[in-house]
This record gives sequence, structure tokens and C-alpha cells, in this order.
Amino acid sequence: MNTLVCIKRVPAASSAVTLTDDAMGVDTRHVGYTTSPHEECAVEAAVQLVETHGGTAAVLTVGPEDALEQLRDALAMGVKSAVHVVADSDAFGPADVARAVADVVGARAGSDDAVDLVLLGNDAADTGDFQVGIRLAYRLGWPVVTGVRSFSVEGGRVAALGDGPDGVEHFDVPLPAVLTVKEGGITPRYPSLPGRIKAKKAPVENVTPGFEPAGSGRVRLHLPPEQPSQVQILGEGADAAPALVDVLEQIGVVGR
Amino acid sequence: MSALPARARAVVVGAGIVGNSLAYHLARLGWRDIVQIDKGPLPNPGGSTGHASNFIFPVDHSREMTDITRDSVKQYTEYGCFTQSGGYEVARSEARMQELARRITSSKAWGIESEIVTPKEVQEKVPFLDPEVIVGGFWTPSVGVVESVRFGTLMREKAVEMGALVSVPNTEVLGVDVVDGRVKGVRTSQGDIECEVLVIACGVWSPKIARMAGAHIPLTPAVHQMISVGPIAAFQGLPGEINFPIIRDMDTFCYERQHGGDMEVGSYAHRPILWDPEDIPSIEQSALSPTELPFTSDDFDPQLEQALELMPELLGDENAGIRYAINGLLSLTPDGFPILGETPEVKGLWSAAAVWVKEGPGTARAVAEWIVEGESEIDLHHSDIARFYPHQRTREHVRARTSEAFNKTYGIVHPGEQWSSNRDVRLSPMHEQEKALGAVFHETAGWERPWWYESNAPLVEKYGDAVMPREAEWDSRWWSPIINAEHLAMRDAAGIVDLTAFSMFDVVGPKACEAVQSIVVLNVDVADGRVVYTPVLTPNGGFKADLTVMRLGRNQFRVVTGGAHGNADRKWFEDHMPADGGAYVVDQTSAFTTIGIWGPKAREILQSLTRDDLSNAAFKFGDCRTIEVRSLLVLASRISYVGELGWELYVPFETGARLWSLLLEAGAPHGAVPVGIGVYGTTGRLEKGYRAYGTELDTERNIIEVGMQRPKVKDAEFVGKAAYLKQRDAEPVTVLCSLTVDDHTSSTGVKRYMLGGEPILAADGSLIRDAHGRPTYVTSAGSAPSLGKHVLMAFLPPSHAVVGASYKVEYLGEQYPVTVAATDATPLFDPENARIRG
Repeated sequence: MNTLVCIKRVPAASSAVTLTDDAMGVDTRHVGYTTSPHEECAVEAAVQLVETHGGTAAVLTVGPEDALEQLRDALAMGVKSAVHVVADSDAFGPADVARAVADVVGARAGSDDAVDLVLLGNDAADTGDFQVGIRLAYRLGWPVVTGVRSFSVEGGRVAALGDGPDGVEHFDVPLPAVLTVKEGGITPRYPSLPGRIKAKKAPVENVTPGFEPAGSGRVRLHLPPEQPSQVQILGEGADAAPALVDVLEQIGVVGR
Repeated sequence: MSALPARARAVVVGAGIVGNSLAYHLARLGWRDIVQIDKGPLPNPGGSTGHASNFIFPVDHSREMTDITRDSVKQYTEYGCFTQSGGYEVARSEARMQELARRITSSKAWGIESEIVTPKEVQEKVPFLDPEVIVGGFWTPSVGVVESVRFGTLMREKAVEMGALVSVPNTEVLGVDVVDGRVKGVRTSQGDIECEVLVIACGVWSPKIARMAGAHIPLTPAVHQMISVGPIAAFQGLPGEINFPIIRDMDTFCYERQHGGDMEVGSYAHRPILWDPEDIPSIEQSALSPTELPFTSDDFDPQLEQALELMPELLGDENAGIRYAINGLLSLTPDGFPILGETPEVKGLWSAAAVWVKEGPGTARAVAEWIVEGESEIDLHHSDIARFYPHQRTREHVRARTSEAFNKTYGIVHPGEQWSSNRDVRLSPMHEQEKALGAVFHETAGWERPWWYESNAPLVEKYGDAVMPREAEWDSRWWSPIINAEHLAMRDAAGIVDLTAFSMFDVVGPKACEAVQSIVVLNVDVADGRVVYTPVLTPNGGFKADLTVMRLGRNQFRVVTGGAHGNADRKWFEDHMPADGGAYVVDQTSAFTTIGIWGPKAREILQSLTRDDLSNAAFKFGDCRTIEVRSLLVLASRISYVGELGWELYVPFETGARLWSLLLEAGAPHGAVPVGIGVYGTTGRLEKGYRAYGTELDTERNIIEVGMQRPKVKDAEFVGKAAYLKQRDAEPVTVLCSLTVDDHTSSTGVKRYMLGGEPILAADGSLIRDAHGRPTYVTSAGSAPSLGKHVLMAFLPPSHAVVGASYKVEYLGEQYPVTVAATDATPLFDPENARIRG
């Protein structure tokens, strides 16, 4: 079984976000870049699938030259090959990204590398569009399950678990399929030192998108108004104890 | 949280290892009303202490750093924050093995137990290290790790308990108030504080705070990459934080250090990545902390492979992951030393910056002593912030030198090693002429100084073996036999020396005499036109400086001192001027250049250029006066640092080139040659037993120990007088001796020449320690071509300071016989000083 896991280079998180001068992006000087946390779980799932079922796992990103760093991170976790659709991520809206991924999947159809399962993060950590997985499935005509916390593959079908409004939802879909993975059910591994060294030497296929992107329609970013501190000081030393007990009772940690 | 007081005696900015320790030591020395602020939260406000790897290798080639580190370990141990692990510095090359032998030299000189071991022996204690990769190791059992944040917290809490300290976190410095060159207070995000003393101890942010006050702390934040790999199977179930010795893989500039279940790998091999303090993110903008910046893996990848090579099984475990990886910020300085002391720009503004965890508590104690008592027990002159000349305070200089130095953190650095970046900054007026003569320039305090002249190469042939050629590359690196040839030519005829690098300043005003008298040891209330060479003491009677003072008039004294320490000397004089303005200091360094001419023919040569009478009767030793040299008015001073008849000649900077040409032209027929600092600073002075500041003389040594006492002490009061009087009545703890090397032949038959810093050992090879426990080491070493000997200076205990006594000197792993030749300042060459009296 062949899995393709899609990741995105995003700014790492900090409590105070600063925008670039043109307000079109996040200032990353101090925080650097990372892979969206949901996608790190998806990468882990792809590596585990190979460990259990054999086959291959490849990683794909649509992003600038520098996104190679995130591809290498995924390769260091145990993915064997990478596809880099070199593109300016800001110019690519969710529909464009879905199309670029679908093109890669389509190009592999019928070959030994034909993709059986595409894993994505539930949403990107920076833009939070929640769209690529669904649009991709629509283009491919495959079933899609979003918000997946964990899943298993058996006999050509995927059994997936995710949080729904009324509790845990179970899905059962046939392969090929698209899943968008959410943090919480799968713990990503740290890259090992040999993994890191292998990642440096692993093959990366560069792909140029064969279409003009439609764009995201983003005009500019605004920082939300600063939230007042949510910290409430209950008191100092032993004097704080009664207030603390009240709170613990309120939130149901201790019985009244 | 405590409220911010409106007033304090001292405000300490920073709650890292330095700020916390310093607050405690100030309190211990009796200070109260101390306020500590930090912009971050406690106990880890987000500076470099919070992510330090926290290990200590005590051996350094610098005595100052070794002593500070040793004191730090003592303090960490006292508070239960030190765990001994032992440590190896391992070598992958033969060049490194020589360097490790040299580290043994330093460990013995400073009295720290270390030994050279085989790869097999390393593997016995570190079973996961591949012995095939290395050729040997340097084992120091006293290596260990510390808990720097816990120690800092204990220090801070102790100062609070003593009622001496109010510590206010989450408080950022916004400005510093300076009035008439003195600190008056500090403005913070929580309000303003008035204070007498403001100590900047906030590591990588220090330059930013200094700039707020119009001062400079020339350090730069720089990235040190570190990763943590785990869980390591071999470490599971072991108690405590560390169970195996720490490894420094010297040739790859990496270290491997167990940290609980993980192995930390750190590197100094990547490209220098420097930051501006102003660009460091705020706490809110940071993913981890302001000094834990995003890891740039490309820079670290080569080190991964090298680390894997050294510990293939342990680090090659697929189940062990890179759990933590940072570009950690630490402080680097242009010369590698910390930046300590009161800033020359602002009174009351102190720096305790560029201090690493291994030096933190010791530095804090020393700086607190300096603040409270005016000097520290451990000599800090290498770290004195006043050492930086103006150009050395610029960002450009700091970036250039730290970039160059970064990859030398674990490098093999020769004691004579020269910088290649940011050179040609301070040039003498004769620079172009010197270049034409093939001068080889070494740098002192930014000055380009000719060390020797290739134009004198023919003299090497002329003098043959008397130039004492050196076969071994290491001994002759940054050296040339031309130095010794120039020396012999000077003793035969005359040498002409560019001394532009001297620092010079005048003390002027109606109270000038009183002021200078109060600072220097010898009597300077002399006739106009006399020059006095005198020690300057600290309050406790240690050497602050040695310098010459010319009385140019009733109310004008010109102080001339070495370039390396001249800026600190000037600050010392400025700090001791009368409060009423009756005397003040005027810097003259850039106004005058100095050219020396010495040798048996010096008088004849200079006389040929002037109608003024230079005879012994008219111009005595110790006289200084203005003479006409052709069309130049020259201040001539008859003194000598090379033991020959001659003069220091001072002229306005713009006429220096002319004077240089005149002297060379007039000198040529007499056999005079240009002579470099290799002669002036080493061979000439060692033959004459002259002491140098920074090698023989520092605040830990006194006049009696170096044999510079005079029969009488002047009546006038001066700094350190009471201590000096006591020293005169007591037996010295050590005695500065001159020794000669009896046999230079190594086990391989190569003649080897010591360069300084080596231990002097008893006949049985054991250390010779003085009553303070300090081992004996070579303070200066160099050729004495006129004696045909290699001369060493060293402090010996009085019991050992006997002329003719035989000892050994250890150099790069071998021992050579030496003999004591003088136990005081008596020159080995021309002991009667007949030549100077000419």
C-alpha cells in the first residue's frame, strides 16, 4: 500500500504574533518554521502504516524552496521519498493546493507508485482553511474523512475515529481515500540521528505546477485585539487555599 | 511579587547565574538596599543560563579564567549544586595530541590534576565511545556539571533572607539616567529607581542596556547549537543526571554530555551566527525562550555524522530521537575574555557580562569585591572592560573578531597567534616606511607593531648560530631568528624602535603633583625634566601598573605606559583625581609618537642630528628635555627597557615619519638597524630582568615579590602605601627569579624552546608550590642572544629561590633541566648596568 502524506511549512508558534511589514504574513525571524502539528501526526501515521503493512510512504509539500527543510524533517521520521511542488504558498489558495496534489496523485495512477491513501493535516497551522482535504477528495472522486484522530487499514478499507459534535464518530471507507488527521490520537516520533543523516540523502522529486493558481483571495492579515490576561491571582501562600478549594469544586475536580 | 523600591544603593540588572550570585556577594560584603530586576519571570527569566549545558572543564590556558572557574566550582560545591563526572578531551589527530600535552602544561602550571590517556583508557570509562576514532585523550577527574538555575535561586534567596535584596522579576529596563558622567538611576517598566551603582549582568542583552547610558559593552550574542537525543537505552535506570564522563571531541569542536536519559551534543563547528542584542525576540515573541532560537538543522548536519562516528551504537539507536534542538544564544567577546568592571564612560555603571556558567559564581564574587573594596582577590586585568580602546567597542570590530574566534573555541591557538580580521586600524606615522622595510606586524591594542624586519634578514647569516634558530615549527611560529639578529645588532651598534603604541596622558593643574604623588609609589616631586619609572599599587598593595612619569613642568606630568593596559591605567588615574578639579587627565596617546634609539652608538647617532649637548654630564640617565633634531623639536627622555644607552624620543604624530627617516639615515653608517618589538618586549628586557605588566606584574603580586623595592619609601601618601610598608617587613611568599635552560634536547633529539606558561618542577618532577598553594610557572620566556641562553622568569618560593639551584621545566610532555640565575631584578646581562650609564 502506498501512502502520500501532505505537509505545509508554517511559522512556529509563539504567544505574541508579529506580522510582516506588508501584513500579508507572519514575521518568522524569531520563531522560524515548522510543520503543522496535525501534519506531524499524519507523517507518523504514514510511517506506522509502512511498519505494519509494508508498502511505501512519500511526503509532499506545495511550498517555496525553503520548504525542503520540512520535507527533510518528515524524511528523518522515516518517510522514504519526497515530492516538492515548488510554489509560492501565499499565491496558492486551498483549491490550488488541492489541484496541485491531485495532479501528482493523478500522474502516479496505474504505476507501481499509485497512491492508495492520502493523509493531510486537518487544517494548516497558519491559514486554517480546513479545505484542502475535501477539495482534493472531490477532485479525485475518493471518499474523505476529516478530523481523524486515529485509524487502521484492513482488507482495502479504512476504519477511522474522530470527534463529532455528540461524541466519537466511527467511519469505514474503502481505499483509495483521503483522510485529514487531527492532533491527539497519534504521537509523532522524534527523528533519530541516523534518520536525520539518511534524510539528507533521500531523493526529493521537484515538480512545477502545470497551472496558474487562482489564489486565496486574501487581502491582508489583522492581528486580533490583545486579550486581557486570563490569569487571576487567588492569593499568596496558605491564604490562597480556600479560594483554590472553591475553584477545584467549581470545575468538579473535588466533590462538594 | 515585591514592589519596586524608589531608591537603592545598587541595582543589578539580570537574574541569571551572574546577577543572582552578584546580588548575594554584594550582600555578603555588607551592602544593603540592593534591588535586582529582570524582564523575565523567576527562576528562569529566559537568558542563556536557562539553556546552558552546565558543564565545567576547569583547565584553560589562561590563569585568570582557571582561577575564576576553580572558585566557581568551589561555590557550586558548597551549595550542593556540583556533580563530579570527570571529563575527557579527545584527540583525532597528532597535532591535537600536542595540544593536549600543552594542556597538561597548563593544568600543572595552575595546579589541576589531569593526565594523558590512551583510547583504550577512555573507552574503559566511556564504553559507548569507539576508541578506533581517536588517538588519545586528556583526562581531568574534576570535570563536572552544575545546577546553575538552582544555585542562582539559592544565592538570590540568601540575599533576600539577609534583608539586603529586593528582587523584582518581569521588570524591563527602559532607560538609564546619567548626570555629569555618573549613574543616577534606572527607568523600568515598573517605575524608576534612583541608585549609586548600576550593574549590568544581563548577558546577551547587556550591550543594549549599556547603550542606554552612552557606554559600550562590546559583546555579541552568538548561536551555539545543541541537540538532545533520547531516550538512550544505556542510560535507562541509572540514578541522577550524569553517570559517565563528559566528552569534548576537540577536533570536531563538539561535545557529548549525558543529561539524565538523554545525550546532549553541542557544537562550536558551525558557521558563526551572530545576533544584535536589539533583535533578540521578546519573551512573548519566542517559541521557547528569547535565547533558545529556532534550530537551523543544515548548520548542524556535519556534526551529526561526526558525533555518530564517535558513538556509533549509542547515537545510532533508531529508537532514540532528537527531542530538543536549539540555536542557543550565548555571549562572545572580541578577545574571548569576559567584560567586567566599571565602564570607562560612566561612573557607577558596572559590567558583569560575557560570563559563562562555568565562571559565573567566581566572577560574581570578584566583581562584588571590586565594587565594594576597590579590587578583587583574583586579578581580573584580562577581563577589565577598560581594556577596550574606542575602535574595539564598535559593532564592526566585535563582529569581525568574534566571527574569527568562534571556531577557535576548541581550536589549537598558539600563544603568539595573531588575528586576521579588522587589522590595520591604528597605524604609526612610520607605517609605510616600515612596510617598505619588510616589517612583520603583530597587533597590540589595535596598533600594528613591527615585530621584526625582513630587511634585517642578512644579519641572520652574519650572526650565525648566535641567533639561536628554532627547529620545531610550534616553537618558531609567529617568531623569526631575525629578532635575535636585530637584538645582537642593537647591542653591537644601535637599534631604532617604533614605540607608537605607548599610551600617554598628562596630569595637569595646580594639584597635579599632589595627585600623581598619591597614585604612584616613587617620589615624583622631582626637578622639572626628570623621568621616574614607578610601580602603581592597588589598595592592598598589588601591582596595578608600572609606568614612567616625566615631570615636564611644575604642574605638568606626562605618564607613559604600555599600549595593552594603557586605557585601564588612564581610567585608574582619572578615578583618583581630586574631586575639586585641581588636577585632571588629558589623553595624549594620539598626539605623540615615540621612537626609541638604543645601543652603544646611540649617542653618536643622535648627536649627529642635534647641536644640543647629549654628553653624560649634560644629559644624565633619567633626564628628559626638549632638543632640536634637525628641524624638529623632540622631547627626549633618557631611559631604557633594553639595557642600553639611548633615548625615547617623543614628537607630534605628524612629524614621526620625518624623525624615523632622520634616525635611520644617520644611523646606517654606524650599523644601526630598525629593531622590532620582538627585541623590545622580549629579548632585550629578559636579558635585563625587566618585568612586564600582565606577565610578571599583576594585582596578585607585590613589589617585594618581584624584587623592585627601593631602600626608602617616600613620605607622601599613595594608594597601597600601608600594604606596601607591611610587605616590606614580611617574608615574601614568592620571589621572582630568572632561570636559564641547561639543555633543550628533547627525546627525539630536537631542540625545543619554551614559550611561557610552563610549570617549573622539582628534580623529582613534583609541583613546586608557594605558601598560598600556587604552583610555579614560567611567566615569560624568550631568547637571550647576548648570553646564548633561553631565559625563563618564574615565581619560586623563597626556600627554592637560590642562585644555582636546579629544577625542571615541562614543555609539551617532556622535562628539561633549568638553573636559577637570579633571585631578584639583577640583570643577567651587564649586571652593573654600565651600558645604560654609557
